[in-house]
Amino acid sequence: MKSKLTNEQVAERLQKQFGEHIKSVETPYDFLTIEVDAAKLYDIIFWLKTDSELQISFLTNLGGVHYPDSEGREFAIVYHLQSMVNNFRLRLKAFVSKENTEVDSIVDIYAGANWMERETFDFYGITFNGHPDMRRILNEDSMDYFPMRKEYHLEDATREDKDDRFFGR
Amino acid sequence: MGKIEDLQVINGEGYQLSSLEKVIASARANSVWPLPFATSCCGIEYMATMGSNYDLARFGMERMSFSPRQADLLIVAGTISKKLAPVLKQVYEQMAEPKWVLSVGACASSGGIFDTYSVLQGIDRVIPVDVYVPGCPPRPEQIIDGIMKIHEMVKHESLRRRYSDEYKSLLNSYNIESNEE
Repeated sequence: MKSKLTNEQVAERLQKQFGEHIKSVETPYDFLTIEVDAAKLYDIIFWLKTDSELQISFLTNLGGVHYPDSEGREFAIVYHLQSMVNNFRLRLKAFVSKENTEVDSIVDIYAGANWMERETFDFYGITFNGHPDMRRILNEDSMDYFPMRKEYHLEDATREDKDDRFFGR
Repeated sequence: MGKIEDLQVINGEGYQLSSLEKVIASARANSVWPLPFATSCCGIEYMATMGSNYDLARFGMERMSFSPRQADLLIVAGTISKKLAPVLKQVYEQMAEPKWVLSVGACASSGGIFDTYSVLQGIDRVIPVDVYVPGCPPRPEQIIDGIMKIHEMVKHESLRRRYSDEYKSLLNSYNIESNEE
């Protein structure tokens, strides 16, 4: 089924509403991807949900990405949103630096974001301000690092039998 | 039914002589109640081992004990994540002496292919293990071989072993308190 909205329509309406807080607009594989100001994330997601024309009111997914080489924008938080009414999907991205990995929680807009934000915190160390229960969800509580950051060896450091000499490394 | 091979008896008129230790060991070996701690594909192979084709019941292991209190043999089959390790240790601690542990498959024995931050690199990091069964996953024949090795151990274990200093220091090295009063 064709969408009732076009990428251009949505991008234009967002830019009109939020102006310079919209950093960039791309459409890879025809999937509207908008980078926004991390400080404005909450307002934008709330507006998208309540706007009577767009009605982008379903949170499909939320997660983090680590780009260790892009200075000042090491972490991306990616939101996949959907409008059931208009059959339209949208990807929102916001970047934060490794010194300040904090964004606003959207749990009071989408209750389903609760565990997703905890997972993002668990693996990337991105803190969501205003989250009712910001702690690890999948890994053990005593873990003292964020394993999906590209700063750590994937292999378990406590393992002794995998000696490099035997693996030609 | 498992054989009572090593039990030497002297039969006389109205009496039968043997060593009590060997009688007890033989009885234990032929009625080991297993507690399956199955988390993944090795658990499926274990279920096949339990089924009528391979039939663990032949060895007096008809009853799976899902309560650690009534179990003699802890069979760990599958990947144990670090988060699950304290649970496994607690199950082991709740078992009454004498108790044995069979580690089934590469994951339980060494972490297997999951050489990663979230997986325990072998259950012998948290509990003592008696027999390791290699394989990814091992076939039911291999699991049965492991269980028969456990039976050998049970048959030849001294009744005093669980009170020995070596056994206590083994448990101490895992920070497990021995059940003894």
